[in-house]
This record gives sequence, C-alpha cells and structure tokens, in this order.
Amino acid sequence: MFQKRIVVCLDVRDGKTTKGIKFKGNVDIGDPVQMAEEYYNQGVDELVFYDITASAEKRGIMIDVVRRVAEKIFIPFCVGGGIGSVEDMNAVIMAGAEKVSVNSAAVRNPSIITGGAERYGSQCIVLGMDAEADPSMPSGYGVVIDGGRVRTGRDMIEWAREAESRGAGEIVLNSIDADGTRDGYEITATRLVSEAVGIPVVASGGAGLPRHLAEVLTEGRADAALIASMVHYGDFTVADIKKELTSSGIPVRMD
Amino acid sequence: MITVVDYEAGNLRSVQTALTHLGAEFRISSRPDDVLASDQVIFPGVGEAKHAMGILTRDGLDEALIAFAKSGKPLLGICLGCQILQDHSEERDTDLLGIIPGEVKLFPGDMGVKVPQIGWNTVIHDHSRLFEGIPQESSFYFVHSYYLSTQLPGGGDSPWVCGRAEYGMEFAAAVHKENVWATQFHPEKSGPKGLRLLENFIRRIG
Repeated sequence: MFQKRIVVCLDVRDGKTTKGIKFKGNVDIGDPVQMAEEYYNQGVDELVFYDITASAEKRGIMIDVVRRVAEKIFIPFCVGGGIGSVEDMNAVIMAGAEKVSVNSAAVRNPSIITGGAERYGSQCIVLGMDAEADPSMPSGYGVVIDGGRVRTGRDMIEWAREAESRGAGEIVLNSIDADGTRDGYEITATRLVSEAVGIPVVASGGAGLPRHLAEVLTEGRADAALIASMVHYGDFTVADIKKELTSSGIPVRMD
Repeated sequence: MITVVDYEAGNLRSVQTALTHLGAEFRISSRPDDVLASDQVIFPGVGEAKHAMGILTRDGLDEALIAFAKSGKPLLGICLGCQILQDHSEERDTDLLGIIPGEVKLFPGDMGVKVPQIGWNTVIHDHSRLFEGIPQESSFYFVHSYYLSTQLPGGGDSPWVCGRAEYGMEFAAAVHKENVWATQFHPEKSGPKGLRLLENFIRRIG
C-alpha cells in the first residue's frame, strides 16, 4: 500500500540546526548530522535541510553537512535555501542530496525549475512555496518570498501550476500564517494546491500535534506532512506520530 | 569485485554510500571491460529510457551487460536500470536490452493516483534470496512514472515477478530471472530494509 510520508525539516545556519518561530529569533539546537541520524532511527521517511546561512562565504559548510548526512542515512533527503542556479543544485546533488528545493529564486527566475528538471529530472526538483491568505488573489492565497517579507502579487494556484508545467516534481507548500504557531496546518490552502496539480504536495507550517498531520493528510489531501518543532523540542518522536496516524487509519511506513 | 555501472543516468552517490556502509568492495565504471571482468554488477540509474539506451549503446555497455547476464554472474538492476533490463518501454517507444522478458508502461493518469509515484510503498515478495530476512509488506522507496507490467508482452502472467506492489493497479516491484535481479524501488534509499536487500545481493547471491 502506498503510504503518506512524514518529513522532518531541519533549518541549518553555519552548519548548525535551528528552528525559526515565524522566521524570527532562531536559536541553535544541535548538530544536523546527529539529528538526521536520530530521526532516521525513529523511522522518518524523508528529511529536508534548509540552509539559512546568511553569508555566501559560509555556504560551503552546508555542502559538507550534506556529504556527511549522505554517509549516515539511507532515505531520501532534500536541500533548500540559497539555491539560486543550476550550478548550486549541482553542488548539493553531487554531495548526495536526492532533491533540491527552490523558493524565492524560482519566483524571480522560473527558468531555474526548467533547467534543473532538464538536467536532473523532475524527481529532483522541489518547489518550495510560501503562501499567505490574501483576499485579493483569485484562490484567496498569494505567494510571498524572502522568508515571508515580500509579497509577489502572484496567486498560489497559478504559481503551483506554472511550476508543475516547468517540471517541478513536488511542491512543499508552507503557510506563513500557520508557520510556527503549532495550531495546525493551513488545510484549505493545502487542499487547493493538491487538487490543482498532479504532483505530490507536502504540507508545511503549523504542526503541533499528531492530529494536525492526520487532518492535513486527509482533509488537506496532502501526500506528505512536514514537521519541525514538535519533534525538535522532544515533545513527540516520529515513531509516536506514526503510531497515532496508523491508529487513525492513515497508511504510513512502520518498519 | 563489484562494478557499479556509470552511464550518466543520474547520481550514483547514494548507491556508492550504501555500498561503502555495507563494507563492499566496488568500483564505479563506464568501461565494458570492467563490467565483463566483474564478479557482480549493479546497474542503477534515474532518468529517461531512450536517452539512457543511447549512452549505453554509444559506450558499448549494452553488449557488455547482455554478455555479463549470460555469464551466469549476478546482476542487479535498480529503478531505470531495472526497466532497461526489460524488452521494451512505452517511454518514447524504446527498445531495451531484453535480458528479462517484460514490458515497461506509463502509469495511467486516471487511476486516482499521482504520477510519478514518489514515496514509500509496501512490497509482497516471493521469499526469494534477495528478500531473505525482509518481512512481507515491508516498505521501499519508489520514484517512477513508468512501471513494469506483471504481464508478459504476449499476454499471460510474467513468471519473472518476485515482488509486487499496488499503485492504482498492481505492478512488478522486483523481477528475477536466473542470475539477474532487479528492483523498481531504490534499496539504497529504503532505510534498513533496503540495506538488507543490498546486503543479500552482495553476500548471499553469487
């Protein structure tokens, strides 16, 4: 049986993991390689490393993290943040990442999706999209970039469809409104995107309890749910969450 | 010596790290001579079938793989490598190596599932040596739009299917004919069960 995926996201700055609450006030909480191994042992299905390193000179640290992670865990993982060109994609893929995620850079220059998909295949190219409620948009949600600071004036659904047609293999939809609240995912936005595209949609932003994942994987029609704080601070393990999803009748990998 | 065939079809790094983790002695090569001189061959790959066949033919790897398969020594195809061992793919109407009789088809878009299949799916296996120690309905990681049919090209059930999965319909997750094995899923990305399968190939088959 095909299963829903639980994806753990690790924000990495200067080679250390952090977790941003509404993208502000990041605090260091650990070594990304050790954390990746811990989640691998807990049975996570996939990992995302989001590089929030500010200075370009320190970007090389991330490549080293990717290389070390690839030697320790044998599940797919994606790297995003600071990917501005097909050459940037090449560096993380050659270091061992399965997928790369593009976000703001793809809005500014959508041909990066096309170029990446042509070179590595759609399965490698993930569109990360930050959306916020915006009644002036046809879908009711607009695309924002640069960590939520800049409104693009683009509609969430229209951008999702364009990214799919350009060769994105998956969309991670992050709700700016829900991110960091731990009150639950943005179900409506997730469902709208999932129904509008034929590629998998990963819901992101707002997870605080296992039932939030259950909601977004059923009502929200998400193919996967991304989590961070709820496991990083030790409130839940991936295994706890999967157990609860299984008892709710949601198929997840239990071995 | 194990040879991992490099034919410009995707990144071999995950296969490389998994084999290193298992303590295997291997080399990555695109030379037909290296393939023929190996004790075991792993034939991975991600990408498009016609393009891949073009590279294999250009480099003489098509004939080397066919000759290696005939030698009786163990060969393991993974993902695109698994598909290329079949007779034919609907992907740009491509003739393949024909090492294991079978047809590669596009997942229909009207089965209520997303195409490509990206993610974990459970496999029912036939207890063959490749799956030794792996419980039924263990999960493996799949990424593909085209699938191996469980039917032979001329009709009738394929006798070569050794693992089955469902994605809107039943498809072959793994096939086996004599010394040749192949998985549609990525064992190198399928956690401890996937590593066990690779270890089975390296240490128990041959």
